Amino acid sequence: MTITQFVTKNWVYIRDSLVRHLELVVIAVLIGIVISIPLGILLSRNKKLAAPVLAAVGVIQTIPGLVMLGFALLLFGIGMKPAIFALSLYAILPILRNTYVGITGVDAGCIEAGRGIGMTGSQVLFMLELPLALPSIVSGIRISTVYIVSWATLAGLIGAGGLGDLIWTGLSNYNTQYILAGAIPSAVMAFLFSGLIGLAQRALTPRGLRRVKQ
Amino acid sequence: MIQFQNVNKSYGNKKILDDLSLEIRDGEFAVLIGPSGCGKTTTLKLINRLIEQDNGKITIDGRDISEENTVELRRRIGYVIQQIGLFPNMTVEQNISIVPKLLKYPKEKCDEIVHSLLKLVEMPYEEYAHKYPAELSGGQQQRIGVLRALAASPPIVLMDEPFGALDPITRELLQEETRRIQKKLKKTIVFVTHDMDEALRLADTILFMQEGKLVQAASPEEMLRNPANDLIRSFMGRHMESANGTAKLLAEDFMRTRVLKVPETMHTLECIEMMRQRDVNTLVVLHEDDTYAGTVSIETIRKHGQAGREIRELISDEAMTISRKEDARAAFDQLLASSLQYLVVLNEDGTVAGLITRTSMAKAMGEALWGELTS
Repeated sequence: MTITQFVTKNWVYIRDSLVRHLELVVIAVLIGIVISIPLGILLSRNKKLAAPVLAAVGVIQTIPGLVMLGFALLLFGIGMKPAIFALSLYAILPILRNTYVGITGVDAGCIEAGRGIGMTGSQVLFMLELPLALPSIVSGIRISTVYIVSWATLAGLIGAGGLGDLIWTGLSNYNTQYILAGAIPSAVMAFLFSGLIGLAQRALTPRGLRRVKQ
Repeated sequence: MIQFQNVNKSYGNKKILDDLSLEIRDGEFAVLIGPSGCGKTTTLKLINRLIEQDNGKITIDGRDISEENTVELRRRIGYVIQQIGLFPNMTVEQNISIVPKLLKYPKEKCDEIVHSLLKLVEMPYEEYAHKYPAELSGGQQQRIGVLRALAASPPIVLMDEPFGALDPITRELLQEETRRIQKKLKKTIVFVTHDMDEALRLADTILFMQEGKLVQAASPEEMLRNPANDLIRSFMGRHMESANGTAKLLAEDFMRTRVLKVPETMHTLECIEMMRQRDVNTLVVLHEDDTYAGTVSIETIRKHGQAGREIRELISDEAMTISRKEDARAAFDQLLASSLQYLVVLNEDGTVAGLITRTSMAKAMGEALWGELTS
């Protein structure tokens, strides 16, 4: 069977897997963002907590993907839920760390000046710290997204679908075409996400900071 | 008026401010100075409550600042820091107008403020308003830092070693500008520095601190004349010499030593030739034992001199003399009161040490003020 024949024959399957894969990635990263950015802000306000929390989140990162999925399976049963749970956990660390580092890395003189001229705590955060930390935060999101695109292929194992489904089908049948039909789109997806977020990062970097780097 | 009453502040066991009381009047340029760790920056930051005292009371115009809302308090007090602290994500215009915006001034009012402030430091609006801090030089950045502090017309401006990181030339320029702006806008400025030059140049009142206490509060002149202790004296260093040294300056400090001297036995024609060559119209004449005899001018020789005769009989004693150890003040008085061009300075033994001319006087004055001159 030629590639074209294979794709035509399995088009619906491939398309659905691709869409599901996208869903998994986007939802997991969004959950990661929603947890990590506020947590990162909190840690930047409470630096004593930062080291233990970052270490704990780091430990999660070291748990092998399959083991994590196993746990999630025990908690949520089969389907998308356990996959999203596990992937979200993986998405946290890079975003959290970059948010924390980004905010704590803002020039102390700039913060002192902000407070000294009468900005409230939230004005310092929204007018100074977050805009200045944004490039770092977005770069964390980029790293997380690329990771999650590849880890989401494991989700097929617990019935969550996605491009992993194709790969595992191929692996169990010794069918290269299935494997490639899963692997190539996921690689392209990782590449595209990385590029798109990179563009977004440029656009979101305050103009005043962009020039410094030149 | 800013008043500190028995203010204490400690970090752990370390006492930073020790029962500090002080007063800064409205419209005064007050400079806090002292060795590092004396508590001057802490004192400054207590005023806008970036730091809170352990006990004691701080009032502005009689109102206890600890009872005020910190954010509102700070918006009424300008603040300039050494690290400049411009917001890198905002343009010059946005940086300057930040406090007016926080205070919800209408947009036209903010625009007006930015225009007039940039004019104040001669940075054209069109050229600078839309630049980012990173595109400016250090001096320009700190100018904007000062303008930002002035934007909402606060009556009080706090400055924490604002020019410490700038090169000497820029620093001096900004000091001048700050002084000019302060006089023009009649601000109360509290300025922290460790540089006595800066304090003397800027201050109406210098507040000298040491180990958390105010040691002396006085005008620069008063502090130079009567420093309260040895530490202040050592801080003043070279300024003390030039301020108090006027009494010690002697005639010899102002004289020039290259003088054309001739023996009284010289002949008239030789003297005229010498004066012509050296382009002078008077010579100092010495007795045979090298002591001062008087002077002889070219006119006298022309009028009364006969060829081949010694100049002995033409010597005039109208030039005034002064001993080299005499007070320079006396020399100045004599020289300025008379129409004489010079004074002759004599050694103890009556020989000639030098001349004080108006030029040598001006040169010595210049060196006392600005150090060694080039020519």
